[in-house]
Amino acid sequence: MIEVRGLGVSLGGRPVLREVGVTVAAGSWLAVIGPNGAGKSTLLKAMIGLLPHEGSVLVGGGEVRRMKPRERARLIAYAPQNPVLPADMTVADYAILGRTPYIPYLARESAHDREVTRSVLSRLDLTEFSERPLGHLSGGERQRVVLARALTQQAPVLLLDEPTTALDLGHQQQVLELVDRLRLDDTLTVVTTLHDLSLAGQYADTLLLLSQGHAAASGPPQNVLTKPLLTRHFDAHVQVTPDDYGRPVIHLIRPGE
Amino acid sequence: MRRTWWAVGVAVLVLLGCMTAGLLVGAAGLAPGSVLSALLDRLPFVSLDSGLLPVEQGVLFELRVPRVLLAALVGGLLAIAGAGYQGVFRNPLADPYLLGAAAGAGLTVTLVIVVVGDSGVVPVAAFVGAVGGVFLAYALGSSAGRGGGTATLVLAGVAVTSFLTAIQTFVQQLKVEELQRVYSWILGDVGGGWPQLLMIAPYALVSVMVMLAHGRLLDVLAVGDDEATSLGLRARRVRFFVLLAASLATASAVAVSGLIAFVGIVVPHVVRRLAGWSYRIVLPLSLLGGAAFLVVADLVARTVLAPAELPIGVVTAFVGAPFFVLVLRLTKRVDA
Ligand SMILES: Nc1ncnc2c1ncn2[C@@H]1O[C@H](COP(=O)(O)OP(=O)(O)OP(=O)(O)O)[C@@H](O)[C@H]1O
Ligand SMILES: [Mg+2]
Repeated sequence: MIEVRGLGVSLGGRPVLREVGVTVAAGSWLAVIGPNGAGKSTLLKAMIGLLPHEGSVLVGGGEVRRMKPRERARLIAYAPQNPVLPADMTVADYAILGRTPYIPYLARESAHDREVTRSVLSRLDLTEFSERPLGHLSGGERQRVVLARALTQQAPVLLLDEPTTALDLGHQQQVLELVDRLRLDDTLTVVTTLHDLSLAGQYADTLLLLSQGHAAASGPPQNVLTKPLLTRHFDAHVQVTPDDYGRPVIHLIRPGE
Repeated sequence: MRRTWWAVGVAVLVLLGCMTAGLLVGAAGLAPGSVLSALLDRLPFVSLDSGLLPVEQGVLFELRVPRVLLAALVGGLLAIAGAGYQGVFRNPLADPYLLGAAAGAGLTVTLVIVVVGDSGVVPVAAFVGAVGGVFLAYALGSSAGRGGGTATLVLAGVAVTSFLTAIQTFVQQLKVEELQRVYSWILGDVGGGWPQLLMIAPYALVSVMVMLAHGRLLDVLAVGDDEATSLGLRARRVRFFVLLAASLATASAVAVSGLIAFVGIVVPHVVRRLAGWSYRIVLPLSLLGGAAFLVVADLVARTVLAPAELPIGVVTAFVGAPFFVLVLRLTKRVDA
């Protein structure tokens, strides 16, 4: 579904991504991991064609850069790491923005658009918030609202930049379970960046470890979440143990213990 | 949705009320009752004897009616243009003169008054100058800024404004005896009558329609260029169309009324306080509210020192500023 080849991105005259390549099969989940500043967010932005880049990004067989914006928006939904949330806008008005690619240039939202929005909000436990202004939400509520906007887009490819950072334990699980269920029900292809490596290992089929702008490792979780790789690229003291299902779980160890 | 129609309905009523007041009151001292009958007499299927003399009819239909209509049109244009600029720049401090429209018009009008000395071409000169000023700022801003960023555009507007204003001041100094005329043009006047009203009507109509049609898209733009783009919006194109329409509206208003301050920035804010953030409602209500506001300002300008007239630009600030503060206080809330 997604095929990235020889991707290079320069920002402010500095190369941020170099020769990154990755393939994501339709209906699978790729988690992009890596230390701060490794280029994870940049990779996602390049994937929806927001950044000028070298190499190629193919989604659904087409070159993203060449797609018409509306056509591309019906194919790929994107939730940024730091979304702009106008303080006065209500949750429902914000979520329905996801319908933009389906509304003709000078037309207005249809009843169907409102219905889709309502059902997404209820799926995310946000119905009671729908008339609240965005400025009056907690960090985690905001994050769910942004996810709601991406879901109303009903695109087969979902790019989520740090979708769980501000969520409490229960909501982290709930959101990722929801994404996973959508992925299975509607065969969505999901790409997330995730800082919680254990979660990344639990949900993703494939991990891509970015480090200083290049792909340091990629593959199934047990091949990427290894003590040597994590120690080298994150500069962290960790212990990796398999859980009951063989998925790697990462523990932070205090240096010297 | 229903709320929008409701609010627009209320605003239309307020505007009609203000316009009626503007028509009834004036320096000629026509009896309000007779004015009303004379106006109603013009409606189809209505026939009333107003008792007004032909001269008084002339005052009403050749002076007062076009004056009220022109005030309404100019006020509406400036306010909706201000709202449009604020949407495009995502900046509440944007006003219709931000991109050099005022400075451009100021320069060409000064040139015409000082060099040509003919007032008949002032409206055309103002229109050309306003469009030229915005064009200059836009060309400069898009060549300097990569990716069509709005910050560069605003800075280009600031640069163009100070540059053109400097030239204008210089030209003005060449012929100090014309200072008064230049100044009184700047302070504004809506007494241009039917010819000026008809002159700008087509531009006004087109620009207002274009802006009203873009309300939803300006709402999408509120989440920032990157996200709007990821939602399938051509952010630059939307911005370009709205800027074009808002600039055309501004140029039309400036052409027939001078540089009336305050309307373009305050009216959209009052509307936002009262009716919410969405441009789908801010744009139409700014149009109606700006119209009502300027009709009232003109009424005050004509009557306070009658038979002398205050410049309308002075009144807008004088009436507008306290009114604005009042609205801010009455709708007090936590700013995010
Ligand atoms: N507009 C920009 N101009 C120049 N450099 C940039 C720009 N945006 C990001 N960078 C740099 O590019 C690098 C990668 O940034 P990116 O946001 O992709 O990191 P990230 O992996 O998402 O990090 P984090 O985990 O902190 O979110 C960083 O070093 C950052 O400083
Ligand atoms: Mg990031």
